[in-house]
Amino acid sequence: MSMLKTSESTAGATNGKAMRELTMAQAVREALAEEMRRDARVFIMGEDVAEAGTPFKVLLGLVDEFGTDRVIDTPISEPGFAAIGVGAAMTGMRPVIDIMFGDFLTLTMDQMVNQAAKARYMSGGKFMVPIVFRTTLGATRRSAAQHSQSLHVWPSHVPGLKVVLPSTPYDAKGLLKTAIRDDNPVVYFEDKMNFTTKGMVPDEEYTIPFGVADIKRAGADITLVATSSMVYVALGAADKLKEIGISAEVVDPRTTFPLDKQTLVDSARKTSRAIVIDEGYERYGVTAELAAVIADGAFYYLDAPVKRMGAMDVPIPFSPALEDLTAPTADAVFQMAKTLCGRA
Amino acid sequence: MAANMKAKQVSHTQTDAGGATVDPEEWLHMYRQMYRIRSFEEEVNDLYTKALMPGLAHLYIGEEAVAVGVCESLKREDYITSTHRGHGHCLAKGASPDRMFAELLGRAPGYCKGKGGSMHIADQEGGNLGANAIVGAGSGIATGAAFSARMRKSGQVAVTFFGEGALGQGLLYEVMNMASLWKLPVVYVCENNLYNEYTHYSQTTAGELSARPAAFGIPVEVVDGQNVRAVYETARRFIERARNGEGPGFVICNTYRYHGHHVGDINRAYYRSKEEETLWKTERDPLNLLSQWLTEQHLADAAIFEQIEKEAREEMRSAVEFAIKAPFPDASEVTQHVYA
Repeated sequence: MSMLKTSESTAGATNGKAMRELTMAQAVREALAEEMRRDARVFIMGEDVAEAGTPFKVLLGLVDEFGTDRVIDTPISEPGFAAIGVGAAMTGMRPVIDIMFGDFLTLTMDQMVNQAAKARYMSGGKFMVPIVFRTTLGATRRSAAQHSQSLHVWPSHVPGLKVVLPSTPYDAKGLLKTAIRDDNPVVYFEDKMNFTTKGMVPDEEYTIPFGVADIKRAGADITLVATSSMVYVALGAADKLKEIGISAEVVDPRTTFPLDKQTLVDSARKTSRAIVIDEGYERYGVTAELAAVIADGAFYYLDAPVKRMGAMDVPIPFSPALEDLTAPTADAVFQMAKTLCGRA
Repeated sequence: MAANMKAKQVSHTQTDAGGATVDPEEWLHMYRQMYRIRSFEEEVNDLYTKALMPGLAHLYIGEEAVAVGVCESLKREDYITSTHRGHGHCLAKGASPDRMFAELLGRAPGYCKGKGGSMHIADQEGGNLGANAIVGAGSGIATGAAFSARMRKSGQVAVTFFGEGALGQGLLYEVMNMASLWKLPVVYVCENNLYNEYTHYSQTTAGELSARPAAFGIPVEVVDGQNVRAVYETARRFIERARNGEGPGFVICNTYRYHGHHVGDINRAYYRSKEEETLWKTERDPLNLLSQWLTEQHLADAAIFEQIEKEAREEMRSAVEFAIKAPFPDASEVTQHVYA
């Protein structure tokens, strides 16, 4: 939580309440356990989700409370268990489908894009598909090109899906509870590098609505819009900028769809400069959409073009010497911000 | 119709379905259902060729015994998933033809408000989770519905219809594996109409078809898909078995589509012969096979069939009339139902 002292909405929502420090993994686990206690229709399905608790150990202990009827180990068949999830959601259940790595979403595209996202519309509103696909994003884990991608722009592109990108334990818990209660298919991405990131989480129950951006740090001179773990990159850059007298505002959209366009635009109008930072590929990426929203909504207030910083447009390389070049860093954001503020 | 049925004159009920007692009236009901499908599809062909129906039309004519034999074994609350060739399944599961035609013509009173059309027609109230334009995709949804039924202890069974072309899709094998491991109440009904679109299945499908479900430990039977009594008898056993918690089943129904892959597939000589088509239509027609048997058994006569056919044709004509007169959806509908 130390990096998030100025988080306005977080502080506002939890002001005066009893809090504990949790990791992202603990926050996710708590959200799942609470929702499974609350609603017997909720179940978890995926590879090694039960006794193993996933390779990241995020789900550890859930099977002890809920049993193997509700925490269900599957064969290594992403399309198959994603499809079973869609069918179960269409007939009254609320599955949470665990896709171990975001890269494996590629295997479930028909179930997610052609089935889950469209069943409601194609049926003229008769079917509901309340399903959550929980998966990961993020590089720099030395996992190479098939276990390191940040593909959250793919579902963001598809009408019918909602997409969640929590950056803090507080957001992770509140947004996952909302995702499970939502009557639509939701794709929920956790940065696999942040499972041990700590933050304060209230003792009492809360949820966070979709489509409400959070200002992680207030500032006056430049807006840094950042998603998921890039929030920490932006906060790191903001610390450095402060040292040279530039006040940066860090805005976390938290959901790419629905998107809180107004908060992004308001912040850019206030600061007159903006950089959008996201770990997805830069080309045709989340940064492009968010930059367009700002350019459109704040054009007459901007003193500089909106800049985008995404992952380098290459398959993620294995070698640490190469991989570290591909993702935005606090230094790179700092340099870009300095330039935009005419301080290069 | 019931008043002049020969069925009333026989004192004994027939034991034709695997030793199960079947009221002769039930066979006549199946004849009626099959004829309604045929008549529906003839109207579709007519609408399409008159350019009154937008999009694509994949006709089920020739395969009626499969949908009817299976759906007559289901309860209304049971689930089905269907295919791009799905009008027959939808009718057999109890949908009403007027709202079906409205859907096919993209009209507001259609089952899906005109947003799904022929390839996505669904009838939630009747347990039809929808036709699907991705080959094999319905197998995943049906297996999920069976999983859900088991979790909810609802006693429902799910049936997924698919063509032999879906045997090329990996999803089918993934969900069959899980269905067998977890003994899910789902029955896989493969309609082998011999052609994956325009290609004979022997060119696309290695080994024996029945070896595939057998590899997962799923009981499989091959039935004459033109004989509704055989389909019904087998489907009933598999469905009851699934309902009793004994796990999935797989039925291969050998059948034939009289028309092309879709209505526009007129010149078919490059992939199948006229002689083959004629043989199936004259020797293997599901309506003829049932009416002949009922006649031989002195359970019905020509007058009964004529009456059934006349009523079905009238029903379909008035359904088409309803659809043609129905309004298109309001423009405001385009953004409705993207999200719940």
